[in-house]
Amino acid sequence: MSSAIPTARSRLAHRARRQWIERLIQWALFLAAFSAVTVTIAIVVILVYESLGFFEHVSLWDFLTDTEWTPLFSIKRYGILPLVAGTLVTTAVALVVAVPLGTIIAIYLSEFASHRVRETIKPLLELLSGVPTVVYGYFALLFITPLLQNTILPDLPGFNMLSAGIVIGIMIIPYVSSVSEDAMRAVPMHIREGSYAMGATRFQTALWVVTPAAISGIIAAYILGISRAVGETMVVAVAAGTQPNLTWNPMESAATITAYIVQVSLGDLPHGSLEYQSIFAAGLTLMLMTLFFNVVGHWLRRRYREVY
Amino acid sequence: MEAARLAELRALIARHKYWDQIFAIVGLMAMFAGMITLTALFIDLLIDSAPRLNWDFFTSFPSRRASQAGILSAWVGTTLVMLVTAVAGVPLGIAAGIYLEEYAPRNWITDLIEINVTNLAGVPSIVYGLLALGLFVYQLDLGQSILAAGLTLGLLILPVVIVATRESIRAVPGSIREAAYALGATKWQCVAHHVLPYSTAGILTGVIIGMARAIGETAPIITIGALTFIAFLPPMPFTGDPPAGPFDWLFAPFTVLPIQMFNWLSRPQAAFLENAAAAGVVIIVMTLAMNAVAIVIRYRYRKRIKW
Repeated sequence: MSSAIPTARSRLAHRARRQWIERLIQWALFLAAFSAVTVTIAIVVILVYESLGFFEHVSLWDFLTDTEWTPLFSIKRYGILPLVAGTLVTTAVALVVAVPLGTIIAIYLSEFASHRVRETIKPLLELLSGVPTVVYGYFALLFITPLLQNTILPDLPGFNMLSAGIVIGIMIIPYVSSVSEDAMRAVPMHIREGSYAMGATRFQTALWVVTPAAISGIIAAYILGISRAVGETMVVAVAAGTQPNLTWNPMESAATITAYIVQVSLGDLPHGSLEYQSIFAAGLTLMLMTLFFNVVGHWLRRRYREVY
Repeated sequence: MEAARLAELRALIARHKYWDQIFAIVGLMAMFAGMITLTALFIDLLIDSAPRLNWDFFTSFPSRRASQAGILSAWVGTTLVMLVTAVAGVPLGIAAGIYLEEYAPRNWITDLIEINVTNLAGVPSIVYGLLALGLFVYQLDLGQSILAAGLTLGLLILPVVIVATRESIRAVPGSIREAAYALGATKWQCVAHHVLPYSTAGILTGVIIGMARAIGETAPIITIGALTFIAFLPPMPFTGDPPAGPFDWLFAPFTVLPIQMFNWLSRPQAAFLENAAAAGVVIIVMTLAMNAVAIVIRYRYRKRIKW
C-alpha cells in the first residue's frame, strides 16, 4: 500500500531525472538547428579553401578581366567573363518570360480570381517548379528548340541560350507569382475600398493602387526568380551548350558557370589539379552572385512587411 | 444635355469595365500558358518514349545498345540514395524546426540560425554538390558512394523540412500547450505528446515535397563525380551475406534516374533519346505523384482538424 504513494524523496528524484532529460533534449535540438549554420560555414570554407589554391596559379585580375575561359584546352586562359555572360543572358531571357507571366498571374489570383479558383490553380502552378530540371532540359533541347527552328527562327543552332532561358522562365513562374501574390494580398482591404469608392474598376485598382503598394514585395519576387535562374544547372547544361562564348546574343550557344562545373565534373578530374580547383572558383563566383540577389531580395521583403 | 452627359458617363464606365474583362481573359491565358507547357512537356515525353516504356526497361541494366538498355541500376540507386537522404535530412530538419519554433530564445544565435536557414534555401543545388565533392568525397574520404550522395541530398532538403515543420508547429494553437503545462507536462512532453501529433500532416507534406525535389536533383550528384555507366547492383542492404557487411551498400558506386537520363540525353544517337524520354516519364510520374500526395494530405487534414 505504501509503495503506491510515492514518497517525497522518490518524487524529487523523478523530477531531477526528468529535468536532466529535458536539458539533454534541448541541447540535441539546438545542435540540430545549429547545423544550418554549420552547413553554411562548411560551404564557404570549402569554396574559399579550394579557390585559394586556384588563385595561387591564376591572378584575380586575369580571372575578372580576361575574355576567354579555356581551362580544358592546351593554351589555358582563365577569364570568368564568358561564363558570367552566359549566365546573365539565360537569366535575362528567363526573366523576359517569367516576369510578365508571373506578374499577370499574381494580379489575377490576388485581385480577380474567386477563392475556389485560387485554391485549385496555386497547387497546379507549384507543379511547374516541381518538375525535375533534367526533364526541363530535355524539353528545351528536343521540343522548344525544334519548335523555334520550324517556326520563327530557322537559323537557330541546336544548342542555344534562348530555348534554355525560355524553359527556365517557365520553371520560375511559381516563385515569381506566389511571392508577388503574397505581397499584393498583404495590401490592406481599406486601401482597395478607398479606390473602389472613387469609382475605380477592379483593373484600375489592381494596376494603379494595389501594385504600387506592393511594389517592393513584387521586386523581391523578381529577385528570388533571378537567383533561381542564375543557379539553374541542368537545363543550360543540356540545352545551351558547353562552349564558353562571350556573347550577349541569346540565339548563340554558350556555357554558363553551372554548365562549366557540370562539364568538368563529367570528366575524370584528378583531385587537387587546377581544373578541379577551377570549378570551386566558378562555384564561389556563382555563390556570391546568388548571395547578392538573395540579400537584396530579403531586405526588400522585410521592408514591405514593415509598411502597414 | 443631361441625357447626353449620362450617356457619355455610361460609355466611359462601360469602357473601363471592358478592360476588366480583357484582363480577366489575359490572366486566365497566362495561367493556361503554364498549364499548357506542363501538358506539352508530358505528352512530348510520352510520345517520344512510347517504344521504350515496357517491363524490360525496368528490369534491364544500361547497355551500349539503346534498344536493350534499361533503368534497373538507376531506380535501385535512386531508392537507396533516397533512403540515406531521408535518414540524414528528415530527423535533423524536424528537430531544427522544433527548436526554432518551441525552444529558441530571442537572441542573436537564433537570428543567425534563421538567416542561415533562409539563405540555404536559396543556395543553388550545384553549390551543395561542390560542398559534397570537397567535404564528403575527399576530406571524409567517402568516395563517389551512395552515402556521399544521400548525405548531400539530405543537406539539400534540410531547409525545406525546417520551414515546413515550423509552419505546421506554428499553426497549433497556444491553448493546447497551456493545457499540457497546466497538467504538469514538461516542455518536451508537451511537444512530443501534443504539438507534434497535431502538426504531423504539415511536416509530412514538407518531407514529401523535399524528397520529390531530391529525387529529381541531378547537378549535385554529377558534381560529386558519380559514374554514369553502372551495370551492376550494389550489395543487398542489411543482408550481410559474407563477405559483404550489412552496410557495404552505403559505399558502393551507383547511378540514379536523373543521371541515367542525362547520360542518355548527351549521347549523339537518336535511339538513346527514346531511353532518355522513357526515364524522364518515370522521374516525372514519381515526382508529380509525390507532389499530389502532399497536396491531398494537406487538404484532407486542413478539413479534419477544427480547433
